[in-house]
Amino acid sequence: MKQVIRLRVNGQLHEIYTAAHKTLLEVLCEDLDLTGVKHGCELGECGACTVLVDGTPMLACLALPIELQGREITTVEGMARGTELHPLQQSFAELGAAQCGYCTSGMLLSAKALLDREPDPTREEIREALAGNLCRCTGYTKILDAVEKTVNSDQ
Amino acid sequence: MNIIGKRLPKVDSWDKVVGATKYAGDLSLPRMVHARILRSTMPHARILNVDVRAAQELPGVCAVITGRDVPIKYGILPSSQDEEALCVDKVRFVGDPVAAVAAIDPETAERALELIEVEYETLTPVLSIPDALDETRDAIHDEAHADHHNIHKLVALEFGDLAAGFAQADYVLEDTYFYQGNTHLALEEHAALAAYSPDGHLTLWSSTQTPHYVHRALAKTLELPPSRIRVIAPAIGGGFGGKTDPFAHEIVACKLAMLTGRPVKIMLNREEVFYCHRGRHPVLMWVKMGVRSDGEPTALHFRTMLDGGAYGSYGVASTYYTGALQTVTYKIPAYKFEGMRVFTNKPPCGPKRGHGTPQPRFALEVHLDKIAQHLGLDPAEYRKRFVVDDNTKTVNHLTITTCGLRECIDKVVEASGYQKKKDEGGRMKDEINPAHSSFTPHPSSLRRGLGLACGAYLSGAGLPIYWNDMPHSGVIVKVDRSGGVAVFCGSTDIGQGSDSLLAYIAAEEFGIDVRDVRVVTADTDLTPVDLGSYSSRVTVMTGNACLEAIRPLKEKILDTAAEKLMVPAESLSFRKGEIVCEDDDARRLKWNEAVVLAETKYGTLSGTGSYKPPKRAGPYKGSGVGVTPSYSYSACAAQVSVDIETGQVKVEKVWIAHDAGRALNPLLVEGQTEGSVYMGVGEALMEEMTYRGGLHKTPSLLDYKSPTTLDMPEIHTFLVETLDPEGPYGAKEAGQGPLLPVPPAIANAVFDAVGVRIDETPITPEKILKALSDTSSSAEKTKGRAPRVGPKDFPQAPYPEPIRVEPPASAPKLR
Ligand code: FES
Ligand code: FES
Repeated sequence: MKQVIRLRVNGQLHEIYTAAHKTLLEVLCEDLDLTGVKHGCELGECGACTVLVDGTPMLACLALPIELQGREITTVEGMARGTELHPLQQSFAELGAAQCGYCTSGMLLSAKALLDREPDPTREEIREALAGNLCRCTGYTKILDAVEKTVNSDQ
Repeated sequence: MNIIGKRLPKVDSWDKVVGATKYAGDLSLPRMVHARILRSTMPHARILNVDVRAAQELPGVCAVITGRDVPIKYGILPSSQDEEALCVDKVRFVGDPVAAVAAIDPETAERALELIEVEYETLTPVLSIPDALDETRDAIHDEAHADHHNIHKLVALEFGDLAAGFAQADYVLEDTYFYQGNTHLALEEHAALAAYSPDGHLTLWSSTQTPHYVHRALAKTLELPPSRIRVIAPAIGGGFGGKTDPFAHEIVACKLAMLTGRPVKIMLNREEVFYCHRGRHPVLMWVKMGVRSDGEPTALHFRTMLDGGAYGSYGVASTYYTGALQTVTYKIPAYKFEGMRVFTNKPPCGPKRGHGTPQPRFALEVHLDKIAQHLGLDPAEYRKRFVVDDNTKTVNHLTITTCGLRECIDKVVEASGYQKKKDEGGRMKDEINPAHSSFTPHPSSLRRGLGLACGAYLSGAGLPIYWNDMPHSGVIVKVDRSGGVAVFCGSTDIGQGSDSLLAYIAAEEFGIDVRDVRVVTADTDLTPVDLGSYSSRVTVMTGNACLEAIRPLKEKILDTAAEKLMVPAESLSFRKGEIVCEDDDARRLKWNEAVVLAETKYGTLSGTGSYKPPKRAGPYKGSGVGVTPSYSYSACAAQVSVDIETGQVKVEKVWIAHDAGRALNPLLVEGQTEGSVYMGVGEALMEEMTYRGGLHKTPSLLDYKSPTTLDMPEIHTFLVETLDPEGPYGAKEAGQGPLLPVPPAIANAVFDAVGVRIDETPITPEKILKALSDTSSSAEKTKGRAPRVGPKDFPQAPYPEPIRVEPPASAPKLR
């Protein structure tokens, strides 16, 4: 059963005619071609599909777009302003926090939500904020370093 | 050097942080249809009938295939061609592919699978090593694929005089160990997209670490000329060895594309990825080591039993690897290795980071810790005394070029405060400080310990997987009037940064900006063959090939520049976008102008380079496994706290030192080292593949435990830079070796903390509590040994008479 859904993603309003049972993950990747959103389980276990809904991290594989009409959804594609990278993106790239890069968009968005809420988190708070995002490549060290560096260079 | 040795971002970082990188699952083509695979629900059964009629009739279904449509067997090793893209006559594990559907959308394909009826005749499942040795159980494969019944492979090798070695020993320790199987769990689930054109060209995009081997498997199973098959590996979302076999879903997608004339996409879900597996073999080990009273090894006898799962995969190599590298860290004058791999009705094991070597390394390093403790020796000093020397050979004919292990040990000992923290008895002094721990309600029940272990790994396998004398790695470099450089290579970047290394090398050699280099990789149509991202081969092999490809180009460019500047070519060098005369700074030419001159004089500018590792295999069958251009070395100190009431182990800190030769980019080498430590922590404490009656107990990310940010300790990384003559600029491997010392360092730290030996992984709270409760019971104590949890005995296995091999002249000798 298809129907029209109105979704605001990265500041742009989309009218999408799609199956009502599709998850936000599927709609973002398949209908809006925002393939920066990743998936590692489709069951809410890995954090790869993390997006922000009104600034709060949400797992796109568990969310239904139909319930998110009127909310503001941010994906990794919405982090940079034009060609100017978000400071987190800059430090992730510079410090080697993205190895295979598959967890990166989820990590960036979880970290962004943290910094928007708490501009000066401790390393422990960063660990806690990213605890729902699995990364199999980095051992998390360079990811924590990159978030910390962003915090410090902001001051 | 301007680029090499600098902490630069990877060339693909920018795309990755904005979400622009395309992985196989992100690709789509017009008219694309979607495939799903029906998998066996039986661990071991004959297929009597597969009825696909109802599925075929479902509206939206484009094609349904079964084993009869793709019957040709394949497998990564030429000696193990035992897999079928879809099972023909029998299924061998729960998850084995049986049939496949292509349909207009994934939901329709899924519904069609439910309409397929498979009739099975159950066979007795073989689920463990003892099951496999029981000949009354049904054989999983026919004789052609096994050494004997359900024994896939048997190996026995003996180097030097083992009996004399044990006779000279003052102390002989025998023990058994078990290293549990676990899986890669790359975050990206495997995906593939196949397209077949009417003129007979097949293209496959796939998340694979080895496009070249997939290319070969497709040609074989689909009976197509390899010249008309193109395999492309887009960005890969992590591999760790889990994407190095050719897989059923790749063949299936291609076959369905050929049948339907439409592009076919297949995306595995996480459960299916668990069934693809090819992960760490569970290995049961028996170790007997003889030493003199100062700890000097006199003889080592090592037995392994690998539970291989349902198919061969890399298993023959894995079996040899469980015995190959014991000799490359410490001087061993006499060595015997007996290995066996069995087939069982479980997902096939294969190569995971460290391929077959973390298991014996765990056993060996724990064993050494026990010996040191028995003899009252400091585990660090003790190991250092017997570390192998540069430019020597081991007793089993492996060549050591450079070894930075002593320095690695020094680094972690110093940084961890190892000596200071230990009392005279070698145990960690400071009782836990409750103020430091936030995680436990019983701070007084915490005990802290510090453990040490070492390891070594290959910088690439010395032999290719299929026998041939061609290059292992090829590179083409093109330079043109734009000033741009393009590097073409078949290698596959799985996140480790291999694309970046090629760009760094070209930029370094030509003295230009990294951004002026484009790298084109992992496309069998466009790039020269590279065998793939496995065995930690890429930096050394593609790096050397790249340097060779660049050399003639540099000569041409310098030659024309020299004519223009009227100076000898030898006086010129490449410097920051210019060609500069060393004797006369004023004589200089812009890089772009120099390229234009060279293109004018010589025509189109390109260079090719090839790399083949040195031929070093010893004079015996099986000697090809373990040889490599160079070995990397690492040492690890781990500090843990153990809660004696809950058995909970927390790894508080890890110090790791890694000899990666020259670090071409220290940032990336550290990243590989930290990632290896992470994976080692997971394997030591929680990761395991467990089954009930052939059913995987935890095929999801939630149930299969892996470390999160909260489980990971702070990692302190030290790079020890030996300059190895075999590597580009002296580089060795970094991606796998640093995993090896981590699990035994943690096991040794647990012993230090609570005085019990956990001789198997994962080291779980249950095992700790069990060992602690044994403290009072006396069985081990009467033998003067610490309480332990580990395998009780080692089954009888029909190991053959060993092949006896004379050690090389420069090998360690018995006194
Ligand atoms: S894909 Fe959503 S949490 Fe894993
Ligand atoms: S960078 Fe590969 S999963 Fe995090």
